[in-house]
Amino acid sequence: MNRTVQAILLFLVGGVLLHAGLTGLYLRYVKAGLQPLVLAAGAVLVVAAVATAWYARRRPGGHPAPRVSWLLVLPVFALMLAAPPALGSYSAMRAGTAVTAPRILTPLPDGNPVRLTMIDYADRAVYDHGRSLAGRTVTITGFVAFDRDGTPYLVRMLLNCCAADAQPVKVGLTDRVPPVLPPDAWLEVTGAYTGRQATDPVNGGTIPFVDVGRARPVAPPADPYESLG
Amino acid sequence: MAAIEERRNLGETPGWNVDPVLVLTLVLLAGFLAQGPVRRLLSTPVMQSWMTVFVAVVVQALPFLVLGVLLSAGLAVFVPPSFFTRVLPKRPLLAVPAAGLAGAVLPGCECASVPVAGALVRGGVQPSAAVAFLLSAPAINPVVLTATAVAFPGQPRMVVARFAASLAAACVMGWLWQRLGRPDWLRPRAHDHGAGGGRGEAFWGSVRHDVMHAGGFLVGGAMAAATLKAVVPASWLHAAAGHPVVAVLALSALAVLLSICSEADAFVASSLTQFSPTARLAFLVVGPMIDLKLFGMQAATFGRGFAQRFAPVTFVVAVAAAVVTGAVLR
Repeated sequence: MNRTVQAILLFLVGGVLLHAGLTGLYLRYVKAGLQPLVLAAGAVLVVAAVATAWYARRRPGGHPAPRVSWLLVLPVFALMLAAPPALGSYSAMRAGTAVTAPRILTPLPDGNPVRLTMIDYADRAVYDHGRSLAGRTVTITGFVAFDRDGTPYLVRMLLNCCAADAQPVKVGLTDRVPPVLPPDAWLEVTGAYTGRQATDPVNGGTIPFVDVGRARPVAPPADPYESLG
Repeated sequence: MAAIEERRNLGETPGWNVDPVLVLTLVLLAGFLAQGPVRRLLSTPVMQSWMTVFVAVVVQALPFLVLGVLLSAGLAVFVPPSFFTRVLPKRPLLAVPAAGLAGAVLPGCECASVPVAGALVRGGVQPSAAVAFLLSAPAINPVVLTATAVAFPGQPRMVVARFAASLAAACVMGWLWQRLGRPDWLRPRAHDHGAGGGRGEAFWGSVRHDVMHAGGFLVGGAMAAATLKAVVPASWLHAAAGHPVVAVLALSALAVLLSICSEADAFVASSLTQFSPTARLAFLVVGPMIDLKLFGMQAATFGRGFAQRFAPVTFVVAVAAAVVTGAVLR
């Protein structure tokens, strides 16, 4: 692999990073806070490509890159041609729920129904036993997944850094569940706290439930993940 | 001459002298034409989740790799080698812990520390001190320790234990290298700075070199990590958690296979609640020191002979440090 090829590869890798960072594609793979870093890395790689081509023209020769460098073609293909979707119900039901340890709870915001993140609802339902949810209706958004018995869940993946460390937040659906639910469809559920709970067979975590009042299909949100802090 | 030299370096047969630009063009064209069938092949859920995790690891690690590569190029080009030999203590007994503590100032994950440690070795720093820096930097810097504190609320002991065990393991590895290491095991790839070239050429040459080497191995490690995540069911871990010794070994092996960034691994560790604190500490200590993508990057930076000897010893020392620290701080 001579330096011209290296310059082209650097340019392609930098280019797909810039593309992913600018179009919002990056939100399928990493948390939103990493956007400036992704863009900066893409820009540096493009500059490195230009510098490599410039110096290769002025002074040909130099030592070649090892063959393992060809692997850099793969992420370029994956991002440009396939652009895999955000993690969905398949990954969610294979992993244990993220609701395993209590977090610090803040007072419930105003509004009825009040819009909560899935992890916020699950924490309040499990560790506060729904005390802060008494007498209120909540709105949560996630995608549909089914376990082996066919119990429907509303799921949102919780991200700390990138999709490799994503953990599902599972909330069971009960009461007025829509009769036809395709897996991976996004739903906005408005409902109330219920004391019903289940144990996640994968990691022994707790799965709270929600009494569905109204379930409305919605478009997938720009950021399909939730993250803490 | 240059072409013959190039072929020998690539380890290719003499008859193979196709223009690499042509190869790249053909590869890209083939990928573009085959996208329809490939998309159908990739539409099964298991392949999609494999691809998503693969792309996620690469997109997440590349910015930190680029950060480390820039730092490394800056160190190599703008800091005179005499600086490090002046700053670090002469005696290895002191230089190793000093370099280990110095790791606390590199605010990144393990992808950033490999190229920087490579630049230190090329700059004339004792290999034992560079080893201590390489191992401690990704685990004890403020960003990672803060993430650990956030992931384990109300358990400051986990942060202390992570800091102590990681620093201890890094120092032990440095001293071990001082006693047992042989110079010919360590073959840092010489950088082609081009005699007579200016500083700009040297800087960008170093950046290109490090990205091409470590980046290729990073992609390989990401593929391995994605395969593990997509294929092995999480319920296997549940079974391992019951036995104290098996639990420690299982989470240590998981840290190697998952190759998670050290800034994120604390959150994964905190979700593995069925495991003992010592097992989770082992996960946090082993992961930043040795995993699949790190092994590839170390082989690219220091030579395969180094990585093959270094990786198993690092694993054993890191597990031992975690177990001892876990026993002391329980």
